[in-house]
Amino acid sequence: MAIPLGYIARNVLARRLTTALTAGGMALVVYVFASVLMLAAGLRQTLVSTGQDDNVVVIRRGSQTEVQSGIDRSQAGIIESLPDIAVAADGRRLISKEPVVLISLPKRSTGKPANVVIRGITTAGLDLRPQVRLVEGRMFRPGTSEVIVGRSIATGFSGTDLDETLRFASRDWIIVGVFDAGHTGFDSEIWGDAEQMLQAFRRTAFSSVIFKLADPGRFDAVKATLETDPRLTLEVKREKQFYAEQSEALSRFISTLGTGISIIFSIGAVIGAAITMYASVASRTGEIGTLRALGFSRRAILLAFLVEALLLGLIGGIAGLAGASAMQALTISTTNFQTFAEIAFSFTLTPGIVAASLAFALTMGFIGGFLPALRAARMKIVDALRAA
Amino acid sequence: MRPNERQPLVAIHGLSKYYVRGDQVIPVLLDLDLDVFEGEYVALMGPSGSGKSTLLNLIAGIDKPSAGEIRVGGVDIASLSDSDLALWRSMHVGFIFQFYNLMPVLTAFGNVELPLQLTGLSRAERRERVETALELVGLTDRATHLPNELSGGQQQRVAIARALITDPTLIVADEPTGDLDRVTAQEILGLLARLNDELGKTIIMVTHDPKAAEKARRLIHLEKGVLVG
Amino acid sequence: MFIPLLVLRNALRHKLRTALTVLGIVVAIAAFGLLRTLVDAWYAGANASSSARLVTRSAVSLVFPLPLSYAQKIRQVSGITNVGWANWFGGVYINERNFFPQFAISGASYLDLYPEFVLSDAERKAFLADRTGAIAGRKLADKFGWKVGDQVPLRGTIYPGTWTFNLRGIYDGAEPATDTSTFFFHYDYLNETVKQRYGRPGDNTGVFVESIANPEDAAGISQAIDATFKNSLAETLTETEKAFQLGFVAMSEAILGAIQAVSYVVIVIIMAVMANTMAMTARERYTEYATLKALGFGNSFVALLIFLESVGIAITGGLLGIALTFPLAQVFVDTIGSLLSGFRVSQQTMAMQLAAAVVIGVAAAAVPAWRAARVRIVDGLRAIG
Repeated sequence: MAIPLGYIARNVLARRLTTALTAGGMALVVYVFASVLMLAAGLRQTLVSTGQDDNVVVIRRGSQTEVQSGIDRSQAGIIESLPDIAVAADGRRLISKEPVVLISLPKRSTGKPANVVIRGITTAGLDLRPQVRLVEGRMFRPGTSEVIVGRSIATGFSGTDLDETLRFASRDWIIVGVFDAGHTGFDSEIWGDAEQMLQAFRRTAFSSVIFKLADPGRFDAVKATLETDPRLTLEVKREKQFYAEQSEALSRFISTLGTGISIIFSIGAVIGAAITMYASVASRTGEIGTLRALGFSRRAILLAFLVEALLLGLIGGIAGLAGASAMQALTISTTNFQTFAEIAFSFTLTPGIVAASLAFALTMGFIGGFLPALRAARMKIVDALRAA
Repeated sequence: MRPNERQPLVAIHGLSKYYVRGDQVIPVLLDLDLDVFEGEYVALMGPSGSGKSTLLNLIAGIDKPSAGEIRVGGVDIASLSDSDLALWRSMHVGFIFQFYNLMPVLTAFGNVELPLQLTGLSRAERRERVETALELVGLTDRATHLPNELSGGQQQRVAIARALITDPTLIVADEPTGDLDRVTAQEILGLLARLNDELGKTIIMVTHDPKAAEKARRLIHLEKGVLVG
Repeated sequence: MFIPLLVLRNALRHKLRTALTVLGIVVAIAAFGLLRTLVDAWYAGANASSSARLVTRSAVSLVFPLPLSYAQKIRQVSGITNVGWANWFGGVYINERNFFPQFAISGASYLDLYPEFVLSDAERKAFLADRTGAIAGRKLADKFGWKVGDQVPLRGTIYPGTWTFNLRGIYDGAEPATDTSTFFFHYDYLNETVKQRYGRPGDNTGVFVESIANPEDAAGISQAIDATFKNSLAETLTETEKAFQLGFVAMSEAILGAIQAVSYVVIVIIMAVMANTMAMTARERYTEYATLKALGFGNSFVALLIFLESVGIAITGGLLGIALTFPLAQVFVDTIGSLLSGFRVSQQTMAMQLAAAVVIGVAAAAVPAWRAARVRIVDGLRAIG
């Protein structure tokens, strides 16, 4: 026969200060745990959703990032001649040859400079990224020194408002539009006309070539064709995978550091739970004797105290998650050390993180409660009653 | 400063005590007058809730009256500040509790010595006085024991030694035999009587045990907050 | 003697509880110290940099190179004693995980700028004489087990192909804070190969490094250099090496801020645990506190007992935690590898750890002490049950 849950819950709620402090400690641990996972998830989601399923990115072999890559016009011409490139309704082929460079701009928050991606695109480049839409101003006119800036750039960096000018590559670039790329990495970029960029930066080579496959199933064949062509030293990746790889190091760093920290912190919270549960057992020795005398088994006592500890963990877990979910309103902007460019992303709460956080909280409660519960279950009835 | 022989040691006039619970006022003591003279051994008796413990607490200066005056040794204790009252208690009152209230981490010796920590006595002087007090209660051989290594009667004797140690004006005892068996209780009562007889200590004791009350020199009955008989 | 004894005996009443609390504080203080040391390590590069050196780079961003011809013009700016240059190579050694910084440098002129890189005369001579020679820092060489004479192959990311260098020397740091995890080789080798192999124009470099006679003139000289190249195709930005390094640190500011915030969270967590311990402890002792007060001990005496017990436990845990930080930091360095050069527990960190322990103890005792001091004697005595 089990001890009713209501009785256990009342015990938890009766000691308000102790419950609040113990659950509060666990809540903070869960808060850190969940926040870190949310940060890593946010980064991954931002970069993964940057890529489109049937888009292909071509960069120079071994260059890892667009900024380090270089594809000259003759190589780009060979790629352009591929028969597998999709064609838009108006007959244009969906391929974009893009120069990508970094410039440093001062952040609004600190005034300190950070690197921002400048990308030269063409109309096809826009077609390849249907998630991008203008929210303010207008599109840049091809052949001019006009640029449009991503949403995160407009909010995160000074001097990037509509109609302001940016000075780089010996030219003044006027900002004519702000675009929203649907919480993708493009939100942290500045776009202008590809040819104008090449001229201004005195480049002869593009950084990357992006195109859409007419038949997504042909990816492996296209990859093989380009990568084995002796005239080319290129690397071909699905756009989704390309961006996913760019988030790898930073998200691994965040989640490794965060999980490590959470585990160390949880030791403190588990100790708190153990102290509370030992005190709970000690102060209710007489009660335990009475329950046992009434016919409740050792197992029922063990279970009752374990459930009490789990309840503490659950309260802490829910409180911690509530705090962490409030973090979703926040956007973090930091340098991705793989691309050396600034990237903005938000804390993202996923069902997986909710489950992991609650499991983490319950585990803390269980570990903290196990030994005290065992002590309660092992008490002899007569001894326990005498202590009453 | 000893009070004049003809003046009472404890002089109580128009003493009242109420407890406020929510919007209810619960009277415990009602307009009470009482004099206790030096060298008296008074037993306060009465049923539960009669206010006898409250009266004892007020006399001992650990509770404050709602109205009226309590003078102990000429001092109006109700008018003292908390810290002055604490100082006054340390010099004038010895406490004996039903559950002994010894410090569990201190030995018998340490417990008896405790009130002397508030005085400026040297270590050697304190040792001498503690040893005398322990001898008086017959626990010299238990000086190094912790309370949980002593029987109930022994613990109460440590408490009595503690109550004596500062040579207080007044000893208050709240149900000193309430937690003891009959034989031990008799021993404790005998000890209290000796304090009164031989050392001339003024003792006020709350009890509901008629056997205990017999030992006292004066009986005061309290019922529903007023003195009877 | 009496009060410390009473406090000590009280603290040891619930040995398990006290031990668990101390353990919790040890973990928290050690974690706090480790996180602070991690943040310190990030700034170590900037702190170790010299104020008598300037770094000139492209005003647009670091990815834009500067023409090599600038070296001549920079040398003519008054106050400058020496000019060298370095170019980021960005090669991969075996696989991406083995990241370490590699620079193509201007040979002797660059080495002369960095007296803190201690290289024996023989090794220096051997390096300068070998076009494909390279030198590595002690920490880096130890990590990969390199010895002088070894061949080190790097796969270029910016400069494609596999580049093999002869390790001609291993340099040590003049001071413990000196970074010895960098790999240097000859700029000339890189430049000529780039021109021949890829037909790129070449003669570009990422940064120029200048030493100046007088550190106080840094601002003026920086302006003079930048003015020289104003309105040219490649405008420059010159700042002290320290400012340059801090610029890198600033890029990770969001993460550093988070680590710092989190280091305080652990203190708050353990504060809650400790406050709970003290609250339970004090609640169990209300009768004793009331008895002490009846005997004439003041409210402040009772509060003092609780404070001393709490602070005593916290400081014990704090000291153990500080002691534990050192081996933990060592383990951390061994696992993470040579990237964080300045991973040392500073005195300031230790002072902050101790301060945190005291704050934990005081904060945990505050509410219980206040309650115990305020409890009415009659109520406390009645709590016997």
